[in-house]
Amino acid sequence: MVDQVTPGPVQAFAGAELPVKAEARSLSFFYGAVQALKSVSMPVYDSRVTALIGPSGCGKSTFLRCFNRMHDLTDHTRYDGEILFQPDNVNILRRSVDPIEVRMRIGMVFQKPNPFPKSIFENVAYGLRVRGQNNRSELADRVETALRDASLWEEVNNRLDTMAFNLSGGQQQRLCIARALATGPELLLFDEPTSALDPNATANIEDLIHRLRDRVTILIVTHNMQQAARVSDFTAFMYLGELIEFSDTNTVFTNPRSKQTEDYITGRYG
Amino acid sequence: MTLESQGIGHHISTQYNRELLDIHAHVLRMGELVSSQVQDAVRALVTGDAELATAVIARDPEVNAMEVSIDQECSLVLVRRQPAAGDLRLVFAVIKAVIDLERVGDLAKRLAKTAIEAADSPPEMSSQIRHLGESVLAILDRSLDAFSRMDVQTALLIRGEDKQVDAQCRAVSRQLLTYMMEDARTISAGLALVWAARSLERMGDHAKNIAEYVFYAAIGKDLRHVGAEARDAWIATHLAPTPSSPG
Repeated sequence: MVDQVTPGPVQAFAGAELPVKAEARSLSFFYGAVQALKSVSMPVYDSRVTALIGPSGCGKSTFLRCFNRMHDLTDHTRYDGEILFQPDNVNILRRSVDPIEVRMRIGMVFQKPNPFPKSIFENVAYGLRVRGQNNRSELADRVETALRDASLWEEVNNRLDTMAFNLSGGQQQRLCIARALATGPELLLFDEPTSALDPNATANIEDLIHRLRDRVTILIVTHNMQQAARVSDFTAFMYLGELIEFSDTNTVFTNPRSKQTEDYITGRYG
Repeated sequence: MTLESQGIGHHISTQYNRELLDIHAHVLRMGELVSSQVQDAVRALVTGDAELATAVIARDPEVNAMEVSIDQECSLVLVRRQPAAGDLRLVFAVIKAVIDLERVGDLAKRLAKTAIEAADSPPEMSSQIRHLGESVLAILDRSLDAFSRMDVQTALLIRGEDKQVDAQCRAVSRQLLTYMMEDARTISAGLALVWAARSLERMGDHAKNIAEYVFYAAIGKDLRHVGAEARDAWIATHLAPTPSSPG
């Protein structure tokens, strides 16, 4: 018997045959009685950049935060559905899965740079130390690699012992990216990573995201649609907690299937 | 889909609305000018009116200036608004359409020059051009009409009509050849008129191009160079038949 296929927000598009790194399946999320996500199903493709766009309050940040169990820290919240993480096909939302383990594999970079009140070196080494890595020379190697990957090494290698707060905003954000990269995450979550930065620092971060996609899968929330168009391979448009459309970025920005998506990306009334 | 259903006038930014609507209106104004150039050039050719032909030639720089100014408007919208989706496709279609319109303008000028050169051709020969000119003018106007309303169904009709124009052009050329074979004194005028017929046929091709841009702008599908079979299959699957097809 052939299953009846119902057209949903995820349609056939370029790249659909790529390996999947994580996949949300019928994911709903509740803040108390308020349902912030309504049965969202979409893939996050391996070694690609996926952008989440949508108006304020549409649930994109809530969705992003599910991926590293950030909501566990808030009372009266509830997940429904699952997020399957590959290659081990584990549902990272299951209670029995340790959120700390999840966060080791899935890093996060926030809207405002949030370096620890420590030296540049210690900021990047922090995650490794938490993991029990204390060998000084190995730490130094890993810190250098992470700083190089975050395109910050050339700017800070002669002052690794100075306080992270002495760096500019853009540098602090790249430091946070280096800190997230140091533990070798498989998926990196970015929550509006450039909204507090000037155009040059923004261009640096966007360039970095583009280069990082070869070694880490990236999921990014952005309010800036041109940024989504510039940096992402796939784009998901969310509205009122629902996934309205998911497709390759070229399609979403040149010929979206849904009128709601078109109205949003072209700056019309919804 | 029409301009209204594409919601060109519904942006949150009213200035952006105005810019897109202005660009669209300017293309249509350019289209009107080009269409009247073609009409006058054909009339000058058929009636041997050298004065009218001279006026057509004198107006051509106006067409060229419109192309330059619309291009400029489009580049400003691209750089300042970063249009997406239907807006992007509209701007893209406009940029392409003005190139075709400008070429139609050039062909009208060429027709006008022919009108002056072949002013003493026998009327029965130049009248061969009249029907062809009327057909070309009709599909040019129809493609502009489709462009003004972003009307896919109207745009669809133009391909078939362009084929008819091609056939008409071949028939006119054959007829002119017959005249030239019968009377060698008509060869010079006949050759000029064959070139005029060829110019008109090229105008039909440009009208067909404009119709294809309407397709792309309205539904996001580029149906150029895909082959007749693939194109017809796509249209049959994705577009409802046209119950009220004129012609």
